[in-house]
Amino acid sequence: MILNDLIEIKNAELAGRKKITLRCCMAAGCLSCGAKGVKQQLDKAVADAGLQDQVEVRGVGCMKLCCEGPLVQADPQNSLYIKVTPENAPSIVAAIQGGQTSVAQTDPDAAFFKRQLFIVLANSGVVDPERIESYIAADGYQALHEVLNEMAPKNVVESMVQSGLRGRGGAGFPTGLKWGTVAKSPGAKKYVICNADEGDPGAFMDRSVLESDPHSVLEGMAIAAYAVGADQGFIYVRAEYPLAISRLQLAIKQAKQMGLLGAGIFESPFSFNVDLRIGAGAFVCGEETALMASVEGKRGTPRPRPPFPAESGLWGSPTLINNVETFANVPPIMRRGPEWFAGIGTEKSKGTKVFALAGKIKNTGLIEVPMGTPLSVIVQDMGGGAPDGGQIKAVQTGGPSGGCIPAEHLDTPVDYESLGKLGSIMGSGGMIVMDDQTNMVEIARFFMEFCMDESCGKCIPCRTGTVQMHHLLDKIIQRQATPADMARLEELCDMVKSTSLCGLGQTAPNPTLSTLRFFRHEYEQLLRPDLSGPPPNGASETRSASAAS
Amino acid sequence: MDRVRLATVWFGGCSGCHMSFLDLDEFLIELAARVDLVYSPVVDMKEYPEKVDVCLIEGAICNQDNLDLLHKVRARTKVLVSFGDCAVTANVPAIRNQLGAGNTENVLQRAYIDNAQNNPCLPKCEGIVPALLPRVMPVHEVVRVEYFLPGCPPPASNIKALVGALLSGATPKLEGMQLKFG
Amino acid sequence: MAAKTLTINGLQISAEEGATILQAADEANVKIPTLCHLDGVYDVGACRLCLVEVAGVPKLLPACTTKVVEGMEVKTDTERLRKYRRMTLELLLAERNHVCAVCVANGHCELQAFAWSLGIDHVRYDYCFPKWSVDNTHRLFGMDHNRCILCTRCVRVCWHIEGAGTKNVSGRGGHARIISDLNQPWGEADSCTSCGKCVQACPTGALFHKGSTVAEMERDRSKLEFIVTAREKKQWIASD
Repeated sequence: MILNDLIEIKNAELAGRKKITLRCCMAAGCLSCGAKGVKQQLDKAVADAGLQDQVEVRGVGCMKLCCEGPLVQADPQNSLYIKVTPENAPSIVAAIQGGQTSVAQTDPDAAFFKRQLFIVLANSGVVDPERIESYIAADGYQALHEVLNEMAPKNVVESMVQSGLRGRGGAGFPTGLKWGTVAKSPGAKKYVICNADEGDPGAFMDRSVLESDPHSVLEGMAIAAYAVGADQGFIYVRAEYPLAISRLQLAIKQAKQMGLLGAGIFESPFSFNVDLRIGAGAFVCGEETALMASVEGKRGTPRPRPPFPAESGLWGSPTLINNVETFANVPPIMRRGPEWFAGIGTEKSKGTKVFALAGKIKNTGLIEVPMGTPLSVIVQDMGGGAPDGGQIKAVQTGGPSGGCIPAEHLDTPVDYESLGKLGSIMGSGGMIVMDDQTNMVEIARFFMEFCMDESCGKCIPCRTGTVQMHHLLDKIIQRQATPADMARLEELCDMVKSTSLCGLGQTAPNPTLSTLRFFRHEYEQLLRPDLSGPPPNGASETRSASAAS
Repeated sequence: MDRVRLATVWFGGCSGCHMSFLDLDEFLIELAARVDLVYSPVVDMKEYPEKVDVCLIEGAICNQDNLDLLHKVRARTKVLVSFGDCAVTANVPAIRNQLGAGNTENVLQRAYIDNAQNNPCLPKCEGIVPALLPRVMPVHEVVRVEYFLPGCPPPASNIKALVGALLSGATPKLEGMQLKFG
Repeated sequence: MAAKTLTINGLQISAEEGATILQAADEANVKIPTLCHLDGVYDVGACRLCLVEVAGVPKLLPACTTKVVEGMEVKTDTERLRKYRRMTLELLLAERNHVCAVCVANGHCELQAFAWSLGIDHVRYDYCFPKWSVDNTHRLFGMDHNRCILCTRCVRVCWHIEGAGTKNVSGRGGHARIISDLNQPWGEADSCTSCGKCVQACPTGALFHKGSTVAEMERDRSKLEFIVTAREKKQWIASD
């Protein structure tokens, strides 16, 4: 494979394009509500109408508006059909020939789409994730070629530094700095790991990227491997993502066949292999040291850092670990230049961020917005606000490690620092919207239960502290807790945060702390005065009267 | 100086803490000069009196009687001392908590039926035999407690240190090995 | 090997390069509490009792896995650290069924000793009272999960010193527990050499010699030290 071959594939693919394209979402969300049958019937309807030469029915990745799936987009008509059933297929095929259709549509130019800026998701819903040619037609693997042929590894690292990209797994560590550290760490053997152990409740960004555009992640990993001097990569993906796994397997196979992975990529001396490692359902394996232990075949528990993986990671070798979305940012950055990327977003948070918009909101789905976009734009303009006329009460970001941002702070721009100031975190991109029916103490208990169940059990504060904090939250909800219990809860939050071994424990108190900060009255009205005093009024009710506030 | 109104109560425990109290030997004589023992398993007083200064509580809270009396004790006493491991940690009586929600039935079944050699039957007498609580608790889980004196039983020397300090108006300060559980 | 100078609680001390804060403190006779560290096996930083404050570092660092650095200023006994240590111990005491009065290790238990030495007179958290079993299937030893604090010393001596690899951890969070081989009764674990190192390593009454009754389970670490000294210093003598 040389550049000419790549361009030839691209040209052949583009030349083979038909006049009309029907893009069918084939990501997990739409598949779960019948997209497979929709595509089959569209294929059949096109054949029945004798339009095979003019119409291409293309299975694509996520088309973002998940709540309205299965989605089908017709081009160049620019019609977006929603909640499509297999029976709708003939009607859609009639419509693209100029006929009428009663199949429900939505405006593809609505704010939900128009306020998005696609870098990571540019190919999502456009390319066929099961055909490498489709990715190549979208300029895929050109960045890898350019990097291998025209750049020294240290220049690649330099470009990443200039781009200002920060890790999309949650903590926001500067990606270029991490790459530079791994590149400088001495060692004959180095590894690149893609962390696809997405586990936050309500988060599905990484799954969608892997299902929709697996090659962008592979290309990003290959570029990273070249930059840091690695020849082996692992993608650690959770077993709960079977579609992502099968598309990754297919993508790796196709890339190997074309010489875009494996030995002597683009006929250069650079070799890079990627293998999958399937997680067995432990949330903590998203923590990098636990993840590496799991890849090594050991029990997936974290270990103290330092040493950091960049110095001593997988089997003691320098190891680069980045998240799926981070790698997916790499090919566009290399293709369009770090300056272009650095021009998007805010001063300290560059580029875009993908969010999985979920909860009490009209439009749920996948969104990609420039850093600095106010939360209100996301939940009101794009998300359409709370359904059924409800009021939005809070937005939860960062999953079990994050916090709840109350409605009065919805003007906050989405960037690492601003969210941190409110006691939340950017996190990996889960965004759960809550309306005025939501009991915030129950939310805190939910996330605490999650952390309690997912604690690996290695360190005492996390293993036993989460149990006691969960018990205290439960006691509060049962109206059996006293102010002394509240004090104990707050003291435990501080202790578990300060003393736990890994990020899971260190951040487990965050949802509780942030709801205590912004919704303290909801806790206080559930307390009884002291041990001998009576429980508060309405102790038999299970829900608090928080809706009235 | 007014004599201190001292009480001791005996909840779910083996009475070992009270035995240890009796091991105070000659300090008992000193004590007798300074306190009125107004309620205790070792005096014949049926009703827990009002205005008690100090109460040593032996035992875990195991049954409804324990619970009712404890609330009365709290309401009528200035200073409560959790006296011994059963009061402080619920200790051996709480082992039945491990059996989960149905532990009271299981415990009675095992004690009075399974292991009975003669006349197996459950002790049941409304108003006389108190019902077991579903969960045995240390005293401070039920009411506020001022001081804790762990040990199974607490050695007499520790009892003397704590009670002596209380009588002299000082804040009792046990430390080190004096706090050993077990 | 280069020496590093540092201060621990204001005391100027020197330590070998590569030494941990825990080792340096121990040499200087500054005792830092720990329940998971055991001389001779690798450290895991799990119990969090040995967390110390280091000037200029916002996070608390585990003394057992943090190496000394020139000029480091370490504090091991601040009010904040004492408070966290007390809470850690209270959490442990509430977690499983540590009934000292009827425990084989009563009077010889590291958990019990840290509790009184840190001034714990009662546990402020509700006791969990979980139901755990006792594995009495081994010919010589017993394992009482009620007393286990998951320090994993037994696992590490079994793998690292004996090399048998019998002991391991299964499950997660509060359900994590020590297992033998592939979660078999200990007596049926073929890999166990019955060396008893795990029993000597245990800080509480979780592992014991069969036949010991209340307060009888005293540990003898001299054999462990003997082997570790032989391995590390190539000297067949008891250390120190």
